[in-house]
Amino acid sequence: MPKLYDLAHCRAGDKGNTSTLSLIAYRDDDYPLLAERVTVDAVAKHLHGIVRGAIRRYELPQLCALQFVCEEALGGGVTTSLALDAHGKSLSSALLEMQIER
Amino acid sequence: MRERLRLGGGAGFAGDRLDAPVHLAEHGALDYLVLECLAERTIALAQMRRRHDPTKGFDARLTQRIESLLPVLARRGVRLVSNLGAANPIGAADAIVAVARRLGIPVKVAAVTGDDVLDALELDAPTIETGVPLSRYAPLVSANAYLGAEALLPALASGADIVVAGRIADPSLFVAPLMHEFGWAPHDVDRLARGTAVGHLLECAGQLCGGYFADPGRKDVPGMADIGFPFADVTQDGDAIVSKVAGTGGRITRATATEQLLYEVTDPHGYLTPDVTADFSQVTLAETGPDQVAVRNARGRKRPRALKVSVGYLAGYIGEGEIGYAGANASARARLAGEIIGERLGGRYAELRIDLIGSTSLHGRALDPRERPYEVRLRVAGRAATREEALVVGDEVEALYTNGPAGGGGARKLVTEQIGIVSTLVDRARVASEVTVREWNAHAEAL
Repeated sequence: MPKLYDLAHCRAGDKGNTSTLSLIAYRDDDYPLLAERVTVDAVAKHLHGIVRGAIRRYELPQLCALQFVCEEALGGGVTTSLALDAHGKSLSSALLEMQIER
Repeated sequence: MRERLRLGGGAGFAGDRLDAPVHLAEHGALDYLVLECLAERTIALAQMRRRHDPTKGFDARLTQRIESLLPVLARRGVRLVSNLGAANPIGAADAIVAVARRLGIPVKVAAVTGDDVLDALELDAPTIETGVPLSRYAPLVSANAYLGAEALLPALASGADIVVAGRIADPSLFVAPLMHEFGWAPHDVDRLARGTAVGHLLECAGQLCGGYFADPGRKDVPGMADIGFPFADVTQDGDAIVSKVAGTGGRITRATATEQLLYEVTDPHGYLTPDVTADFSQVTLAETGPDQVAVRNARGRKRPRALKVSVGYLAGYIGEGEIGYAGANASARARLAGEIIGERLGGRYAELRIDLIGSTSLHGRALDPRERPYEVRLRVAGRAATREEALVVGDEVEALYTNGPAGGGGARKLVTEQIGIVSTLVDRARVASEVTVREWNAHAEAL
């Protein structure tokens, strides 16, 4: 089973207690696989214990990208979190650890 | 009317590199250079500095930035637009004029104020994040409405070389010169949305050019010690090509541009700014040459009726302590150390967090890392109401030297005052911006 790391790249962004995670296919041909496998449910399961709120997924086929918007993901919010990585910048790497079936 | 405008992105945050915008202004053939220097919390911290000293409260490195930039801006005829004013745009204008006088370079600076709405806040208004009324977040230290591009237009029309503001929505810093030069109207939503897409791509400067992108062997980026900051050539219709100065480090590709386009976007169909509701969902990014990406097809809808207000409040203190363990059984000793602290401090703090750096500090045990590190660093952080109480966290960790597991070393402790940020909305009609002009030239001084 390939890791997302082998197929795609990701950048995490933050807005309050919400984390945005892009997932961008290296090869355009892999986008349909990502769109099929990397569902909201799959991401919620993978990031269980990190993302505590709802997750929304947006599809951007012309960019071969998915955008995940994860609520309650930053320990209460960037400005007051006790976390070392209060912005959740490293969540990009966490998402790319996910394994999917071909 | 000019057919295209070249805008440069010269800073992505207050602490960004100082040399890159100078190089960009010198070699980029820019019309405008934009410096985005205000993160969410920056303005609240600046407001506290201003209370301490009324002549302060603008960006702490403003003088340094202007000293390095002003000569090249003047020589190349580049106008500067920035939110370096933070909590004191007029003070920033005075500081810029002081630099100009010292360097003997004539300058006209327009300061834009009106974003500070602390006195006009309704404390029973709900916060966007939690719905809890603002009054629950006292003491408040700052409240700044996100102004849009329109607030900058009178400043640009004044002919100022430098426009310095406080809280302006980041993309609006780029949209304003486009509205000014191309005569875009406030209801021309598609053009405003395209300008917003350009602004969003440029506002984090190096992040479009391979910065925050590189991953050795997978996403290689050349010359990262000297990443060239980006510029965009924008047409009257808002179509744009983003690029950087030839010979600089970094790279701009569809991949780097896609990461930045989606960065911090919570709804690609409706990216809200004071200027427009921008739809990025159909945006195309196409490589048109080396380090060149064409940006097209953003669409716009009517702008939001209310303005977002970012409210800063005093949120107490965080005390931290760290200590490291190495070699055989390092993880177990670090974990034991954490358990000791947890037992001694548990219940004393509103929130106490114990991390093992090198193992669980970023994502806990959620992804169960199999790699066993050679060294592990214990980190404890506690939230406290006072500085004195916060200090105890670090003291307790330091006491592990003589009371904790074997081999602990490199203890560090730290206390930081916390400024929290929440948001609310304010009616546009209650926010009025103003322009104050300051200028200096040798002739005027002689008179």
